Amino acid sequence: MTSLGLTALVPLPVLLSLLGAGAALALSGKPALQRTVSVVVLSSVVVIAGVLLVAADREGPQVITLGGWPAGLGISLVADRLAALMLLVSAIVTLAVLLYSLGQGITEEDREAPVSIYHPTFLVLVAGVSNAFLSGDLFNLFVSFEMLLFASYVLLTLGGTAARVRAGTIYVVVNLVSSMLFLISIAAVYAAVGTLNLAQIALRMDQLPDDVSLVLQLLLLVTFSIKAAVFPLSLWLPDSYPTAPAPVTAVFAGLLTKVGVYAILRIQTLVFPDSPLTDLLLWAALATMLIGILGAIAQSDIKRMLSFTLVSHIGYMIFGIGLASAAGLSGAIFYVAHHITIQTSLFLVVGLIEARAGSTALLRMGGLARLAPVIGVLFFIPAMNLAGIPPMSGFIGKVGLMQAGLADGSWLALVLVAGSVLCSLLTLYAVAKTWGLAFWRSPEQAHAMAAALPDPDDTTAVLPAPGGEAPGGERPTMVHHRGHVHVGPATFGDRDLESARALRDDDDAARDLFQLLEADALPKRLPALMVAPAAALVGVSLLITLVGGPLYGYTDRAAVDLLERTPYLSAVLGDEGNR
Amino acid sequence: MSVSLTLVVTAAVLVGTGVYLMLERSLTRVLVGLVLLSNGVNVAFLIASGRAGEAPLVVDGRDPADMADPLPQALVLTAIVITLGTTAFLLAMAHRSWQLNGNDDVQDDIEDATIRRLALADDVSEGYEIEGHGDDDADAADHPEEDRG
Repeated sequence: MTSLGLTALVPLPVLLSLLGAGAALALSGKPALQRTVSVVVLSSVVVIAGVLLVAADREGPQVITLGGWPAGLGISLVADRLAALMLLVSAIVTLAVLLYSLGQGITEEDREAPVSIYHPTFLVLVAGVSNAFLSGDLFNLFVSFEMLLFASYVLLTLGGTAARVRAGTIYVVVNLVSSMLFLISIAAVYAAVGTLNLAQIALRMDQLPDDVSLVLQLLLLVTFSIKAAVFPLSLWLPDSYPTAPAPVTAVFAGLLTKVGVYAILRIQTLVFPDSPLTDLLLWAALATMLIGILGAIAQSDIKRMLSFTLVSHIGYMIFGIGLASAAGLSGAIFYVAHHITIQTSLFLVVGLIEARAGSTALLRMGGLARLAPVIGVLFFIPAMNLAGIPPMSGFIGKVGLMQAGLADGSWLALVLVAGSVLCSLLTLYAVAKTWGLAFWRSPEQAHAMAAALPDPDDTTAVLPAPGGEAPGGERPTMVHHRGHVHVGPATFGDRDLESARALRDDDDAARDLFQLLEADALPKRLPALMVAPAAALVGVSLLITLVGGPLYGYTDRAAVDLLERTPYLSAVLGDEGNR
Repeated sequence: MSVSLTLVVTAAVLVGTGVYLMLERSLTRVLVGLVLLSNGVNVAFLIASGRAGEAPLVVDGRDPADMADPLPQALVLTAIVITLGTTAFLLAMAHRSWQLNGNDDVQDDIEDATIRRLALADDVSEGYEIEGHGDDDADAADHPEEDRG
């Protein structure tokens, strides 16, 4: 039978990454060999994930129970349609990010990114993420979370600078709390059903009293919601992600929260199919969407703005899961695949902006569209895709979710549909504002505006318009209100005012794009190895649009599998699962 | 199943003290809190394993029904190893924080700090007051009912 050979592939994404991590650590003295190992490992993971996707689609879930034990004793790894798709998308994204960081490492001379540690840690992260997608066992899921979290602790505090240690502390403590909650939930689940195999838990959960299973569900949901950054458990995210190196932020933003979303999706459909908590999820989704995007609008730094949009768009996926219909789940799965690629490519492009313009603060930038048209295009496409402009994949995903919401028909679902339209419009506003400030106006205008900003302790309510020629002959007024200065659509807080003051101070080392251009202190060209992976990932996101039909068909089938449960249960447990 | 109350109380006390310490500012206290919390969770696993029994070894003539459940013990072992790694990492981070800042306090979230600064600067807002700030007499006149605190 051909499937026998294919099930042997299931543990390989995890094994190869772990072995590669070991090899990369051993080769830390030989950077060229280390790079080769990482690239080869991640490329083969992409191929394996592709094969698993086809196998899972044609022949049903591919299951291997480790150590040759019967299921329930040994740990099962399951690659069903959902897991295989997640695995493939994450493998493609991690490969692109790795190539990008190779390009960046060459220019940065390891100042803030010691490559010898970076590669092994990155591979451990990939192993953890793959294991989380494949795991058919609750404790194994915990172990894979710990693997990817540990790697992320190291990557986030890479170089140990003051900003990273500050952000890393919050990130680590929050995740430790969620890990402890996860352990408590595992203990509670084991005490209640006496097994940790997800399929067996699913069968036995039906026999538990309702209140017991409700407690277990709440425990698991809270745990995974911290990882997935669902409001109100999302506040740690926008503060910790932006300080890391660009490729690290990119992979975190793309993958780590989605692992949490995947876990929620899996637990809700497999273990608690008759979930009484769908309303709670829908409310959480609404709050996540709106509060996240309102945070994004208030930001004056591209990285922080994108971190907030990341939070808000988690809401779309939770919306789909909360609907708990085939259409809703399918939309959620499609949206996860779309959002992983789009968010990662946006952060990679922001890394390009940082390398080209010396900063990601909107205060210091302008005229990038003329200065670096390639970066302009690379930012514009995923930014519009994020906002859901037709015909791109973001639009397809959002329309799918809204149709599912309309089909559901309950008033709460309709509120969610309205909320997601609003969130989408506000996303467009946030990225358009960024586009206008960072790409459209000229560096001179940016400099003039920064020069006209008042000192933080100056509290004049309305200020004279900034010097320099404003576009369209209109001169935006500056309004000082509650510690913020509003200029047109842009808002600058205390920190920006401080930084604007530093710009006016000639002795200070801080300079904005205009001054840097005058001093000719910026690289004229970025390394091709940095631009190409970012461009490739933007290409992948467009490809998702192009194959939107077949992909949506696939996610439809995956959603039906999830709702029926039998494909998963019978693949793991054999005849026992057919009961 | 019947549950040993001693274990439940032990776990609860450990988790409670652990959570209390994790709410502290200093990273070393957070670390001690984490260790207590994880030990509490490990005790919870022992509760989940049911009653005590013989060593789970396959020997002829021994009834599996008399054995203790070995799985939670294996889980606890894994959890202990992971906690060990986490403790080492947190210690390193506390040390680095001490090198950089002279203390190991957990710093404010940027957004929190902004909001706090806003609140401190904002004399007009009626919804927020901070002790020892602003024109106390005027505040007291505006909010006589809050003057007692």
